[in-house]
Amino acid sequence: MRKRKGFYASKMKRATHMLFYRRHKKPGVKGWELHKALGVDYPKVLSILDDYLKSLDLQVKTVFEEEKTPTEKPSLDELDKARFYITLRGKLTPKESKMIGWRIDDLAGLAVAISYIISKKGQVPRKDIEELLNKKLPGWKVGLNIDRYIRYGYLQQDDNDQLYLDWRTHAEVDEKALIDLLLRSEVQTTLPSENISTDEEGVEEQEGE
Amino acid sequence: MQAKKEQKKFGREKLQRIIEMCMAVENRKADPFLLDVDDVIRVVKEYFPQWEKADDLNLDSEAIHHLASVIKLQSEWVKHRSTSLYTDPFLLEEKILQAGTEEMLEVFLGAWHPLVELEQLSIHSLAEATRYWDGLLPLKERWPELAVPEVAIRITSRDELIRERILGDKVFSEELEYHWQDLKEKVKEKGAEGKMFYWDFIEAETYEETVQRAFLTSFLITYGYATLVILPLEDEVFIRPFEKPSAKVGTQQSISIPIAVNYENWQKWKRGELH
Repeated sequence: MRKRKGFYASKMKRATHMLFYRRHKKPGVKGWELHKALGVDYPKVLSILDDYLKSLDLQVKTVFEEEKTPTEKPSLDELDKARFYITLRGKLTPKESKMIGWRIDDLAGLAVAISYIISKKGQVPRKDIEELLNKKLPGWKVGLNIDRYIRYGYLQQDDNDQLYLDWRTHAEVDEKALIDLLLRSEVQTTLPSENISTDEEGVEEQEGE
Repeated sequence: MQAKKEQKKFGREKLQRIIEMCMAVENRKADPFLLDVDDVIRVVKEYFPQWEKADDLNLDSEAIHHLASVIKLQSEWVKHRSTSLYTDPFLLEEKILQAGTEEMLEVFLGAWHPLVELEQLSIHSLAEATRYWDGLLPLKERWPELAVPEVAIRITSRDELIRERILGDKVFSEELEYHWQDLKEKVKEKGAEGKMFYWDFIEAETYEETVQRAFLTSFLITYGYATLVILPLEDEVFIRPFEKPSAKVGTQQSISIPIAVNYENWQKWKRGELH
């Protein structure tokens, strides 16, 4: 029994190294890489690791190939083709979001862009998003922000200036929860209880890419 | 005669308008259901018997092609409406416009789970890098200067360059076409499911010929005449020819796949160890 525990502990360590440290241009690890490194029972290793990460408010996130999210238990083949990441399990507070390098209006702009693209079935002309953001952000900032969202991997743009959701949105954003929360939200008529400044004070823009 | 000409001209204009409308739908500038598919098909059918020139037939097939895209968009729309992710875009747009920045942030933070990753060096990676550095030969030893003998300059002919194997005896495009046909025939003979082992295709009696075939094969793949099928877990590489060159070449981001066709691998293949 102890031997078996040790066996999974060493595999868990290996999985932790692979998932936390960036190995490629994009973060995350493909299922077949984990399969090769950890063996055929790598889904079990990931499930143990996920349990362990619960107490740290982190999780192992599986992103299946585009439009191929299985409705039931995924097969090994589907898992091999999926990509695995470590993400935050819970939520950040507005103050925490500032600590990781996002200005409140940049993040709100991202939220608007993502939810608008979802509402339009995944594809929107860039011009439409620019018009939408222009209503609440200064014009000079709108283009820069959209380019930043593209650079970070939240959005992608094709040759016809159409915007789509990109890999980072699929990995980080619970799209259904976002739309549900937005529809449930009520228009704010009072000032927010937490004082959130929109100036640059103490916020360094993080160029992580 | 004049009336027939006029009618053709009118038909061309109609097809052109249909294509423009379909393209507007494809670029999300118009609702896919604004287009009456039955009406478009009726127009296409009506004018089809009159088309004789290749340009007109091309226009006709282009209209059908764009119409198919619109039908696909209509089907996606229906599929999307039936999923739980469907929300009335107008309602959502209204919500987005009414929401304040702070409220939008609160909403987003409820659904955002940012990635966690480390970029720092570890002792293990430093130790590995040091070991690599220790084993690395100096540049002078790795890239010894080539002793190039001095030769006299003289004029040469194309035939001589072909004899020296500096130039091929066929135009490159012809050679590529021949190589593509060869691939299709070999896949029919030796392949399964429309593909065959990459090494089985580039096989040749001499190493030089194998390299030449690998070189041509790389162009077949780059120009969209064939594609590679890679099974990473099995370490197997297959090649699959297309019946027609793929139109996706140049429109999608391409990736490079290095395959070492060195002497050692060639010998392994000769001994049958390379599957």
